[in-house]
Amino acid sequence: MAEVVKGGGSLGRRLTVMVPYLWLLAFFLFPFLIVLKISFSEVVVAQPPYAPVWDSFDAVIGHLSTISFENYAFLFSDDLYLNSYLNSVRIAFVSTVIALLIGYPLALGMARSGPGWRLVLLTLVILPFWTSFLIRVYAWIGILKTEGLLNTALLSAGLISEPLIIQYTTTAVYIGIVYSYLPFMVLPLYASLEKLDASLLEAASDLGARPWVAFWRVTLPLSLPGILAGSSLVFIPAVGEFVIPELLGSTSVQMIGRTLWNEFFQNRDWPIASAVAVLLLLVLVIPIMLFQRYARAEGTG
Amino acid sequence: MKGPGPALRAAMIAGFVFLYAPIVILVVYSFNESRLVTVWGGFSTKWYAALWQNQGLLDAAWVSVIVAVTASTLATVLGVMAGLTLARMPRFFGRTLFSGMVLAPLVMPEVITGLSLLLAFIAVSLDRGLLTIIIAHATFSMCYVAVVVQARLAGFDRSVEEAAQDLGARPATVFWRVTLPIIAPGVVAGWLLSFTLSLDDLVIASFVAGPGSTTLPIRIFSSVRLGVTPEINAIATILIGLVAFGALLWSLTLKSALAARARQQSGA
Repeated sequence: MAEVVKGGGSLGRRLTVMVPYLWLLAFFLFPFLIVLKISFSEVVVAQPPYAPVWDSFDAVIGHLSTISFENYAFLFSDDLYLNSYLNSVRIAFVSTVIALLIGYPLALGMARSGPGWRLVLLTLVILPFWTSFLIRVYAWIGILKTEGLLNTALLSAGLISEPLIIQYTTTAVYIGIVYSYLPFMVLPLYASLEKLDASLLEAASDLGARPWVAFWRVTLPLSLPGILAGSSLVFIPAVGEFVIPELLGSTSVQMIGRTLWNEFFQNRDWPIASAVAVLLLLVLVIPIMLFQRYARAEGTG
Repeated sequence: MKGPGPALRAAMIAGFVFLYAPIVILVVYSFNESRLVTVWGGFSTKWYAALWQNQGLLDAAWVSVIVAVTASTLATVLGVMAGLTLARMPRFFGRTLFSGMVLAPLVMPEVITGLSLLLAFIAVSLDRGLLTIIIAHATFSMCYVAVVVQARLAGFDRSVEEAAQDLGARPATVFWRVTLPIIAPGVVAGWLLSFTLSLDDLVIASFVAGPGSTTLPIRIFSSVRLGVTPEINAIATILIGLVAFGALLWSLTLKSALAARARQQSGA
């Protein structure tokens, strides 16, 4: 293994590379290859419910000849899966836009606050992130449900005569996602807005630009990297979200993370669950690659 | 800088109310006498007392603490190694694969991580239990630690380490006496982050947990599915209190460290 670290190096140096490397090979790459393999295998009604994993190298080679695209064909033949994918992408997209609309003024206000306030506000944004995700989603159930706090408050204030049905709808899922991921939107936005040189805005206003024009022409374009970073930090985890649609949405709000969960835990169909996982990853890899390309172009340009 | 205008100020207040109102409501209603979530029946701490009678919940909390402490410690050791590798070893065989494997878990949906680890554990016939949860949590947490440590090292001048080496320090000594103190804040932050992630994880643990290793989030989730209960509000409040306490402690240490540095600089 001496050739692994070029330029030799001590035993300690080699261990520093090898230990995390082997760990990730064993617990990240190998598991994913298994998913890939099972996604191409046929259901065998036995425990475990799929054809046996390789016993030897020959078995791997032998298996390659029996690769089956049956699971993937099935995914495309049933509307459930396609709808789940489209639904997930749509819900994640709408939530990202709402989070941006709420997060941008928040971040801008923070960036324009005094230095003492900034640290306090920044801590206030980060703090919910350290609080349990599950508990923050749970907190909304008591507020949104039909006999919940929001309806009780609105009814007693006389603003509505019938309770609003929000719990177990797509609206509740939007609220849950925006609420849970808002800090991820605000932090990169704040980072890019804070760096913004105030003298640029002064120059714009000295040259006669009204505050709104200065915002559109100076602030917004310069904060574009923050917008992109924040949006991908919300969009990517939202696509694969399971907890929020499960707790706040009804069964009709199908998102792909939930479909995978049900295939695995309820239908016990491991090959289909694996195929769903592989396709979900593909759905996510495309925006990530686009983002990286943009980031790289930004870095060199 | 003239500060935020009235419109921005209003938007900020609305934003923070949105962020904190649900948490505040949850905490307030954990002290509600009534079992109904929407009716205020007077102040009471009976749901906290009820927690001590709920053996299942206590067991789950204990499992979660054991898993979180072990997994975050393991993740910190592995993550520091990975971070050092990424920051200090510009080329070795398979570096691209390595950095890809460090970054990928950060964007991997939890359902995929959980499913793939479970299938791998079954493939090598490793029984599901505490060990499998610890391995799973250590694996994704180490990536966060690696990124934090790498960022910390990237901002640091390498020449300090080289100077120590030139003065005859052995690599291990350089690590313990020079590099580790530099990255110490990152290591602490990484451990805390791993601890929180592990304590909070529901999805991955649900896949890899065995019958005897129910963690607190799994337990909470199964009762939340049946509806809102004041007992869950009480345990949520305890968890929120712990986080608030930790944050307070952290900001106080940060403040005193900043003050000490300011004193040092003004003294010099």
